[in-house]
This record gives sequence, structure tokens and C-alpha cells, in this order.
Amino acid sequence: MSDARSSLVEMRGMSISFGGVRAVDDVSLDLSGGEVVGLLGHNGAGKSTLIKMLSGAYRPDAGDIRIDGRPATIHSPRDARRYGIETIYQTLALAENLDAAANLFLGRELRSGWGTLDDVAMEVETRKVMARLNPHFAKFKEPVRALSGGQRQAVAIARAIHFNARVLIMDEPTAALGPQETQQVADLIVQLKKEGIGIFLISHDIHDVFDLADRVAVMKNGRLVGTARTHAVTKDEVLGMIILGTCPAAAVPGPGALAAGTA
Amino acid sequence: MAVSQRRGLADLFRATEIDARLVGMLGALALIWIGVDLLSGGAFLTPRNLWNLSVQTASVAVMAAGMVLVIVARHIDLSVGSILGLVGMIMGVTQAEFLPKYLGFDHPLIWVIALVVGLAVGAAIGLLQGVIVAYLGVPAFIVTLGGLLVWRGCAWWVTSGRTVAPMDDAFRRMGGGIEGAIGANWTWVVALIAFAAIVWRTLHARRRRRLVGFALRPVWAEVTVAGLACLAVWAVVLVANSYDLPPRVAERIAAERGLTVPPQGLSIAHGLALPVLIAVAVGIVVTFLAQRTRFGRYVFALGGNPEATELSGVDTRRVTVMVFVLMGMLCAVAAAISTARLNAATNALGMLDELYVIAAAVIGGTSLGGGLGTVAGAMLGALVMQSLQSGMVLMGLDTPLQNIVVGFVLVVAVWLDRLYRSRTLKGSAP
Repeated sequence: MSDARSSLVEMRGMSISFGGVRAVDDVSLDLSGGEVVGLLGHNGAGKSTLIKMLSGAYRPDAGDIRIDGRPATIHSPRDARRYGIETIYQTLALAENLDAAANLFLGRELRSGWGTLDDVAMEVETRKVMARLNPHFAKFKEPVRALSGGQRQAVAIARAIHFNARVLIMDEPTAALGPQETQQVADLIVQLKKEGIGIFLISHDIHDVFDLADRVAVMKNGRLVGTARTHAVTKDEVLGMIILGTCPAAAVPGPGALAAGTA
Repeated sequence: MAVSQRRGLADLFRATEIDARLVGMLGALALIWIGVDLLSGGAFLTPRNLWNLSVQTASVAVMAAGMVLVIVARHIDLSVGSILGLVGMIMGVTQAEFLPKYLGFDHPLIWVIALVVGLAVGAAIGLLQGVIVAYLGVPAFIVTLGGLLVWRGCAWWVTSGRTVAPMDDAFRRMGGGIEGAIGANWTWVVALIAFAAIVWRTLHARRRRRLVGFALRPVWAEVTVAGLACLAVWAVVLVANSYDLPPRVAERIAAERGLTVPPQGLSIAHGLALPVLIAVAVGIVVTFLAQRTRFGRYVFALGGNPEATELSGVDTRRVTVMVFVLMGMLCAVAAAISTARLNAATNALGMLDELYVIAAAVIGGTSLGGGLGTVAGAMLGALVMQSLQSGMVLMGLDTPLQNIVVGFVLVVAVWLDRLYRSRTLKGSAP
């Protein structure tokens, strides 16, 4: 079914090694506009590494990436941003000593006619985005260090969605959040999906993503176990994919799936 | 009672948006000045001593402005004193031995060419060190420790250790002295420009905020801040303009201009010294770079979180190189001031300056962990260090004792800063 639509992102045969260890081994995965794909696996399964190749933080040893069916060259985070790929890292990747506006526009500062930073304009924009994500947020003048976990998360998300992202990568987006803030992020994902944004949701916890994702892709030891539509499989079956590497009948097996006979 | 008072003070700082740290430093400076003045029998707070103090501070203050950015970006530069020595030597040879062969002595272009050569050499050294740090991944501590030895050695190599003198007459003005003072009238012109800039800045910021509907500072706060700034400029002008030239020099100038000397003697003021104006200009330019340009924003982001900065698509290596290039060029400016003041380029010029520069930046509130620091603080830190030092000279303390006091003050200052920081951070946490 996903083959019928032209994919927004296609990754084919992605591989990368660090010091002889194959962190990601021949992984192929695609994503359509308005689709949420949950990328699951244990810590160290290679999820974050795969996604860092898409966001330009790592350069793959092999494999190619297509955006809208056309080959894309992504050698740096700047390249990825040019294709509309925005990433919310697990660590949030915020400069703690700068305020929300400086972080939101880091690398893409608004400038006045003189080429100088236009801090006032950046604060105005930041207030607009933050009003949508976290209406009670008021600490615009303080360094991010002084913000709570949820507020920092909001800044990181604001940075990703402000620049008209087409592909959003969220690495463990709710790991540091309380129940209420987690719900806020879930609502936001539903809303962004409606806007036609394709979302990779990375998690080691199946419960975080099962209700939100259209499909799940499971990785184990750097290889893709398989992908499955969430309504066609049960949580237990997906857990089996994560823990054992077995692939249920309703899933599309990948190179990392255990052969049916040995399972 | 005490709590409500502290709250009142905090509100005052918030309303006026004055940096409380900076006020603390000014307070410390005032204490040092008054204390030293009392202990030295009133020899410190004289126009003459304050004028000399300002000139003595200029060279270290210029380099401290650059060191702030280096340290903010989580690096260090131990080679600044040696760069100063080498660049000073090259500028000395250029103007005293090389150029006169082609242009003759006292050619009006000599000082410009010497200065440009110096800036170029400083930039090239900074570029080399920056590239090694950023692209080859050698820690700045090691690269510049190597630089400390290499550039000092190169300085010796230029003339085999011989002192080069004298400097070009126009060049010497950059070092202050009688020729390097701009006189009372020009000092007032500078003051008027400063007044205008202060008022313009205040109005401009207010207009900008009103345009986008941000909360405005209360008018009394605006007036107080701008008023205090103008008052400070005025005080500096009064001091500079009440330090008179020596009577014999004044008579010579009067004779040159065909003035008659009145019977009660002639009073011609020094006015501000050129090196001080250069240092202030450097401070303004580097502050502008730090606060109003992408480059400065990236330097601070790099100090706050290098990985995040990289992931934001910033070319962090380029930024690192640029920080070191700027540092090298500021060393060249400092070298010009030092050689001009000494009227000679010597092998030992700038020795141990790296320690004073780093100390000035750290006393001025620059965090060695990176990401935090202000240019104004660092330059004020340079003034604090120099005040202590020349104060102790006036009090007749021995050099070893001077070093002990300076080292002690450095450690105490950083400790106080940590106390202040940990308290304000707790206060602002949710």
C-alpha cells in the first residue's frame, strides 16, 4: 500500500561502521507524507545511528537516500535542513547558556538590514511558536539552563517545526517528560501528521509509539528485523520482533529477521 | 527586613537591566582605589596616576577582549605574550630598519605600513594556530603552549636578540605619552560623541521594543542608566583634562603656536591618551561582534554545547579558526601599543602577558568552562589587575610581595564569582 504513494523519504541499504563494528547494516526504510513510523529496538540496536545518517550528523559508508524519489546528498546537518528534515535529538541539543530564541534560530538567525542579529524579531517569532506549544511559557530572557525538562523539550520541538519541516525525526521525545507533557507531545504529533509531515518516532519503549504510529520498524543488532502496520500486528508480536528478532506473518521481514525455521 | 531589602535591590537591577556582576566589579575597583590611595598617602587618586594607569592597562585590556571569546569557545591561548613579542619585533624592524631604506625616515606612511604588517602577521599566526586546533584536533592548550615557545623563539630570531629602537614618531603616538594625548578639546569632542551614542542607543532600543509591543523599561530606569553612563564619561574627561603637560613642554608648544605665556604659567591638559581610545574602540568592536553578529552567537553556542552547535548546521571549525585569528590580530594591536610606549621592540616584550590576560578575563567573570563572559568585564578585570599592581608600586611593596597579592586576588575573585553564580542560578530556577 505504501508503494502506491510516492515516498517522501526512501533509505536504501544504509550501512555504517565504527571501529569495525557494524552499527547499522544494510537497512532500508521509507516514510510517506503524513505518516508516522515508529522505529523500535533495544538500546544499541542502531536506531539513533540510522537516523543520524538521515539528519546529516553521520556520513553512511554505503546506501543512498531519496527525497521525493530523487537522490539526495546529505553530508551535514545543514544539507538535511535544506531538504526539510528536522531532528529533535534525545539530548535535545540545546546550548544551555543561550535563551530560547537564540536556540530556536541557532544556525538560521534572523538578521537586520545591516547583517546584524535581529534579536527582537527572533523573540517575536519565538513567542508565536511557543504560544502554540506551551502557552504558559514566559522565560524568554533566561538561558535554557533555567528551564524545566518540559520547557526545554518545547524549545527543541519549536526549533524543529518552526522552519516548515517536511520530515520530522523525534528521538525518544517523551523520555524526560511527565504524563501531562507526554500527552501534549502526542497531540502535537497528531496535529503535525494532519499537516502532511512525515514523522520518524524513535523509542526503545513500544508503549510510547504503538498508538501514534501507522507503522513500526524494528531494529536489532544494527539490522532491520522487519516493518509492520500497527493495526495488523499485536503489541506482543512487535515485542517478539524487538526481543527475539522473529517476524510475524503480517509483517514485512527485513534482512535481520530470524528465519522461520529457526524461530 | 534584610530579605525585603535584597528583593528591592534585585528588582532595581531587573528594572534597569544593569548587570549586577559588573556593578560588583566597579564596587571592588572603587574599594581598591580608595584603599590604595589611603595606604599610599594620597598618591593614587591623582589625575597623573589615573592617566598613567589607563595607559598601562590598554595593552592587556586589548588582548583580554579577544581572550574572552577564546575562553568562551572553550579554548585557551597561552601564546598571546609571545605573539605580542614577535609581532612587536617585526613592526619594530619594519619601521626602524626596513622601510626607511626605501621611504626615508619620518615618512608619513611608515606607521600605517608597520601597523598593517603587524596585523597581517598576527592574523596569520592566529590562523595557523586556529587551523591546528580546529582541523587537526590538537587541544588549544597544547597548540598555544607550543606557540608560547615558538613565537618567543622567532622574536629572538628576527634580530638575534638585539633591541630595535627608536620607533617612528607617528607610530609612537599609539603608546600615549605627551605626543599620544589628544588634548582637552578633542577629549570633549570624544565625550560629546559618547553622550550622543548613549542617548541614541537608549532611544533606539526603546523604539524597537515599542514597535513589536514588548514591555518597556520604566522611564526613570532608562534615564538613570543613560545618566550614569554619561556621568562616567564626564568623570573620565575631567580627570584626563586636569592632568597638565609639564610646564616646559607647554611653553614649547606655546612658542610653536606663537602664544604668549601668561605670568602665572601655562596650563595645557593631556586629554585622553590614544592607547586608551584604541582599547575602548577594540572593546566596542569586540562587544559588537560578540552580541550582534552570527559569529559571536556561534562562539557562545559553541561554548554552551559544541555538539548541539554542530548539529544546528554551524561550521564550528571555521568559527574556531576565526576566534584565533581575531586573537592574533588583537595581539598585534597590543604589540603596537607596547612597542610605541616603550619606544623600542625588545626580546622580552609581552613576557608573562598571557597570564595577566587570562587572569583579567577570569576576574572579569569569564567562565573557564566556556559559554560565559563579557568583554567589558574582562577589560575591567585588566584595570583591576593593573590598579593593584601600580598601587603596590606606589605603596613601595617589593615585587615578590606584589606577585603574592595578585595571585591571591585572582583566586579570591574567582571564588567570589562562583559563590555569586551559584546563588543567582538557584534564585532563578523554577
